[in-house]
Amino acid sequence: MRPDDRRYASSHEWAKQDGDTILVGITDFAIEELCNGNVDDLVYCDLPEAGRTVDAGETFGEIESVKAVSDLLSPVAGEIVEVNQVIEAHLEAMAQDPWGKGWMIRIKPTSTDLSHLMDAAGYEEHIATPH
Amino acid sequence: MRHTPLHDLHERLGAKMVEFGGWHMPVQYGPILDEARCVRERVGLFDLSHMGRLRFTGADRVTALDRIVTSFVGRIPTNAIRYGLLCQEDGNPLDDVLVYKGEEDVFMVVNAANHDRDLAWLREQCAGMEVTIEDQTDELAMLALQGQGSQATLQACVEGLDLSTVGYYKSGFGTLCGLPGVRVSRTGYTGEDGFELYFPSGEAERVWEELTRAGADHGLQPIGLGARDTLRLEAGMPLYGHEIDEEHNPIEAGLAFGVSFHEDKGDWIGRSALEAIKAAPTRKLVGLVTEGKRAPRQGYPVVHGDEVVGQVCSGAVSPTLNKNIGTAYVPVALAEAGTIVEMDLRGKRQACTVTDLPFYSRTR
Repeated sequence: MRPDDRRYASSHEWAKQDGDTILVGITDFAIEELCNGNVDDLVYCDLPEAGRTVDAGETFGEIESVKAVSDLLSPVAGEIVEVNQVIEAHLEAMAQDPWGKGWMIRIKPTSTDLSHLMDAAGYEEHIATPH
Repeated sequence: MRHTPLHDLHERLGAKMVEFGGWHMPVQYGPILDEARCVRERVGLFDLSHMGRLRFTGADRVTALDRIVTSFVGRIPTNAIRYGLLCQEDGNPLDDVLVYKGEEDVFMVVNAANHDRDLAWLREQCAGMEVTIEDQTDELAMLALQGQGSQATLQACVEGLDLSTVGYYKSGFGTLCGLPGVRVSRTGYTGEDGFELYFPSGEAERVWEELTRAGADHGLQPIGLGARDTLRLEAGMPLYGHEIDEEHNPIEAGLAFGVSFHEDKGDWIGRSALEAIKAAPTRKLVGLVTEGKRAPRQGYPVVHGDEVVGQVCSGAVSPTLNKNIGTAYVPVALAEAGTIVEMDLRGKRQACTVTDLPFYSRTR
């Protein structure tokens, strides 16, 4: 079971409330899809500059593996107030701890309502469905 | 999605399966870069049963194909193989193919994604002529062994054919794992020495397993389509839908070796258009090598100064060069090796050096 202290987007990002901000990262499932258990297959992660505003569902960055580039979609609307600088140089940190140290951006949201996202049980069901 | 006769075996081996050309295919069994290195350094086994396989018989087969295929089919020696394309009148290809000239037939291998369209086109073009086209895609399995250990691996499973006598782009028939009359060709899509094999699909699992056993001492591993794409790109080989398509002709793609303008070939579909392009090409397919972190990817704009001058066709992380590589069309004036261009990554630029193709060439 994945952490139930946060909500999940169908595009495999998670959003976790932290005070009046939202932390955003990607799930272990997304990482497994990208690199198939081989962290060296992750090539690059492109994250935005702090200060940018994003809409819910808007691309805020890209993550690249040996074979593919995937968009990172913001699960909420708001202003990006902080970017995890560690990730660009240490993709393995994200792969090893996607729920904690692997967070990507911190958003000051226009609304802290996350009800449009799935809970952990809903996400489990989502990824269990053939796609 | 269609399944090859080895589909269940790939799943048992733990392969990651993806859709490719309408088929459910293994993209990788392990790390893609390790699989690519395995072929460069040792030997790899590929299931290519998704590729289309067509057999042409009938008195007009060679004449008919010389009107449809860019290579000079009439001049291919018996048991030799040539690369060619199926072009339209505008010179742009519907597909690229391998043509095997037999004594009593011509055998053609086409891309999986184009199989149905190719077959319809070929039947239409052969209408009224004495040609029979037999689709053997389902009845035959197709495997490839690629890498320096290929010959030793395969010879252990082949009787009645000395593989050392089968030259590059030549084929022969031997007994493979007890199956008589199996077509074996010294061909491939990796830039390494290797073979492609065609045999009854009901025997696919047994042959795969016997080849795996025979190759164990040579370090054989199964290789997915991911590494296959990396290997073919390093070797500068085109992939339909990337380097060539209905808007990109074989001349500008650097595939003139597969296009015959010989007088004796007569007229063929696309000839006059391609002659005009050959006389005055406007763009050229080149290699891109970048020291940057991002790999080129299909569709990225290629920029020179403030001007978009082309688009990336293919890209990969190259384990052989240890750099990120790609292909792109650029105007002839920018095609000189050493020219610096940039690829546009949504507003961010990354410098790329234009290089001649291929990136990698085996020392023979």
